Amino acid sequence: MNAAALRRILAQPGQALVALAVALFLAAFLIIPVITVMIAAFQPKGGSGFTLVNFADFFATDLFRRSFFNSLYVSAMSVAVATVLALPLAYFTTRFDFRGAVIVQTLGVIPLIMPPFAGAVAMQLLFGRNGTVNLLLDEAFGFKIGFMEGLNGVIFVEALHYFPLILINLSTALRNIDRAMEEAAQNLGCSGFRLFRRIVFPLAMPGYVAGASLVFIKVFDDLATPLLLNVKDLLAPQAYLRITSVGLADPMGYVISVVLIVASLIAMYLSLLALRGKDYATVQRGGGGLAKRPLGRGDAILAYGTILIVLVLTLAPHLGLLLLSFATIWSFSPLPDGFTLAHYVQVFSDSGQYIVNTVLYAGLAALIDVVVGTAIAYLVLRVGVPGAKWLDYAATAALAVPGVVLGIGYLRTYFGVTLPSGQSLAAFWGMIVLALAIRRLPLALRACTAALQQVAASLEEAAENLGATKARTVRRIVLPLMTGGLAAGFVTSFATAAVELSATMMLVQSSADAPLAYGLYVFMQSPAGRGAGAALGVIAVLIVGVCTYISNRIVDGDMAAKAGAH
Amino acid sequence: MDRTAAFQPVDITIENVDLSFGATHVLKDVNLDIQAGEFFAFLGPSGCGKTTLLRLIAGFNTAQRGRVLLGGEDVTHLPAWKRDVGMVFQSYALWPHMSVAQNVAFGLEERRLPRDVIAARVDEALDIVNLKHLKDRKPSQLSGGQQQRVALARTIAVRPKVLLLDEPLSNLDAKMRVQVRRELRELQQALKLTTIFVTHDQEEANTVCDRIAVMNDGVVQQVGGPMALYDAPANLFVANFLGTANIVAPVREEGGRAVLPGGVAVEVPRGGARLVFRPQNARLTQPGDALSTGRLRLPGEVVHREFLGATIRYGVKVDEAECLVDVPHLGGEAGFAIGAKASVDIDRARVLWLAA
Repeated sequence: MNAAALRRILAQPGQALVALAVALFLAAFLIIPVITVMIAAFQPKGGSGFTLVNFADFFATDLFRRSFFNSLYVSAMSVAVATVLALPLAYFTTRFDFRGAVIVQTLGVIPLIMPPFAGAVAMQLLFGRNGTVNLLLDEAFGFKIGFMEGLNGVIFVEALHYFPLILINLSTALRNIDRAMEEAAQNLGCSGFRLFRRIVFPLAMPGYVAGASLVFIKVFDDLATPLLLNVKDLLAPQAYLRITSVGLADPMGYVISVVLIVASLIAMYLSLLALRGKDYATVQRGGGGLAKRPLGRGDAILAYGTILIVLVLTLAPHLGLLLLSFATIWSFSPLPDGFTLAHYVQVFSDSGQYIVNTVLYAGLAALIDVVVGTAIAYLVLRVGVPGAKWLDYAATAALAVPGVVLGIGYLRTYFGVTLPSGQSLAAFWGMIVLALAIRRLPLALRACTAALQQVAASLEEAAENLGATKARTVRRIVLPLMTGGLAAGFVTSFATAAVELSATMMLVQSSADAPLAYGLYVFMQSPAGRGAGAALGVIAVLIVGVCTYISNRIVDGDMAAKAGAH
Repeated sequence: MDRTAAFQPVDITIENVDLSFGATHVLKDVNLDIQAGEFFAFLGPSGCGKTTLLRLIAGFNTAQRGRVLLGGEDVTHLPAWKRDVGMVFQSYALWPHMSVAQNVAFGLEERRLPRDVIAARVDEALDIVNLKHLKDRKPSQLSGGQQQRVALARTIAVRPKVLLLDEPLSNLDAKMRVQVRRELRELQQALKLTTIFVTHDQEEANTVCDRIAVMNDGVVQQVGGPMALYDAPANLFVANFLGTANIVAPVREEGGRAVLPGGVAVEVPRGGARLVFRPQNARLTQPGDALSTGRLRLPGEVVHREFLGATIRYGVKVDEAECLVDVPHLGGEAGFAIGAKASVDIDRARVLWLAA
């Protein structure tokens, strides 16, 4: 650091302190735990030094090798099935005069508000071997379909949950293709499938690949869904099982963590590569927004038919969960035997702590996210403290860290640290809050950065010109103008933190400390508890749904206010 | 080689076409006859329907009523990819994932021509537009003018019956526009292709085209050569759109005569018409000067004056109307000051009466 930079820092000690605090926060709760995990993978069991023997053991063991390939298989298939569901919808909404477009957009939101593990059990009841659909199929036609057998179940649930992301991704990629590109090809004699293959597909690919690789990684890292479906031969569940059953000294948990991180990084890199140098988005000129092709009768039947099927599939888990939450007994029959409110009563009275904990944890985590996110955004965009960019990179790096790995990292790093109460730091519920905060930080950071970018620097300069200090300017000018974006960021962080389960599973020590996602998992372990679990699931969906709605309203209101102000 | 041998240009007929997008009636009873080998322009303001008409010929729009004929063949219900009309899009629409050569080869590949023929035709087309040396570049590596020439080459390569150009000059800077429009004219003359050129710029249409269809609000106002349209506009819109026109409404009509501002009474060919004349067909005289035969006088006052180099443009207030008079600036003349009383002295032979 040269003298000028040093002087700049000392001139604004407050900012330097903030930067330091953020750096320490990230170091303590992201960087060090992850590095600890990675180091542990290369250390021989119980000792120190560098060795590759753990990795050798990993690939030599049949179970782990199988888990590795299963994880790859499940992730790839989930993306594939999600694409199959999304492609016709994306195609119809972007290429045709399609009144069903609004339905499709709504369809897109429904799966996202239900965490995959919540729907998993409901899907089991509806599509499992003895579930509603198969019982009816057996009765009518005498055969069953293994929708939910083993890995298929995971693929089915994940594909249904993530297809909206692929849908948005594909729609954007298709929409970004200037109509003139297609028309030029038609003008030269090309049409139908050839047109798709030569022009539309290559132009849509980069955008699609970028999004698909991110979905791949989310499925690859998912811990809760396989556990709930009792599928154990996948990487994330294996890591969980090794650490919880064999213990923190077991190297396999760390090896798997390294594999998960490396896979994340590769997927993110691929995503970046796909988009680099291929900015195929072309801007439509004035006449570009011309009428889309009108929908022919045959096409219309196909379109609405597809929507119907997808609608049924996306609503299935919600419906199943709802039914289960009100059901007395439901097994080996297409529908529940009877209905009751007892589960909800139980959830609110006996097990009220789940909901309280969730609101507490998610609220604190979202608060941390917004504060840290704003601090980093301000340091990067306005102050330019040397190294501010690195804070941004570090915070964003959390995207590459799966929840299970973060949980393991905290356990390993902080297990030995004891609090005044005698409890290990790793067992303290605050760690869950921190894990949630760190995991949601990248998204919150983007929201805060965007909110700050909307506030022109000249507005702050005008305040300083009139005598306000930096701190007062931030308080009186910047923060009020950012509120909309920050509120939306808070709500989104809250919603996703409320249903996070991967890191939570690793860190939760007792029911008293558990949020509702964990409560759901515990309840679902026994047939008697499934009703209460479902009730918790419904509450989870409601929380996320309401938060999504509020967030959208805030953003819309914010944009309208800004537009009206001009 | 004889480039014209392979091009078989056709005439185009638009018959009774009515086209609406939902509730918006965009083309209203359009009838046009375009000769084979003609360089024809659709000229008009934004929203007049000229691009819609062009796209109708290409097959990207369907009309609710009417027919489109290419070379006498009814193509109204033929899809775009079977029409064999070459279109150059306003945005050029070059495919970014293909090189220049691949872009140009596309149409030939769709026609399933042999590989060596394709290669030869690609070279030939790129040669015509002088871009052979850039054939392996990607479109993103080319300038705007070069991209347009690739788009042109891509269309010429398939030797279409008709060439459709959608505002080809609008993305180019002023200097390029003059150069490119000359090149387009030369190319069209060499290939003898029936060409339709859509533009809102009258100078482009005037300098390059054989005939122009002036359109407004979905209706073809007038069809004719540039000079014919300028000298004998059929209505006020055409008079105003092409060049500058002074439009003077009579104060009142008595019998078959109209009383103009200033008191002069003249015969009118029909009732309700307005007096129209061009600024260069009038001069400014002192109020007291003698009135020559064959000329018309409108007394008024100079309210503004612009020095335009070769001309001085005066704005003269005649009663409520304001007339523009262009006086050639040869140097040394005193001219009229603002506020001076002056009379607009018009050549009767150059005056038009157009319905309002």
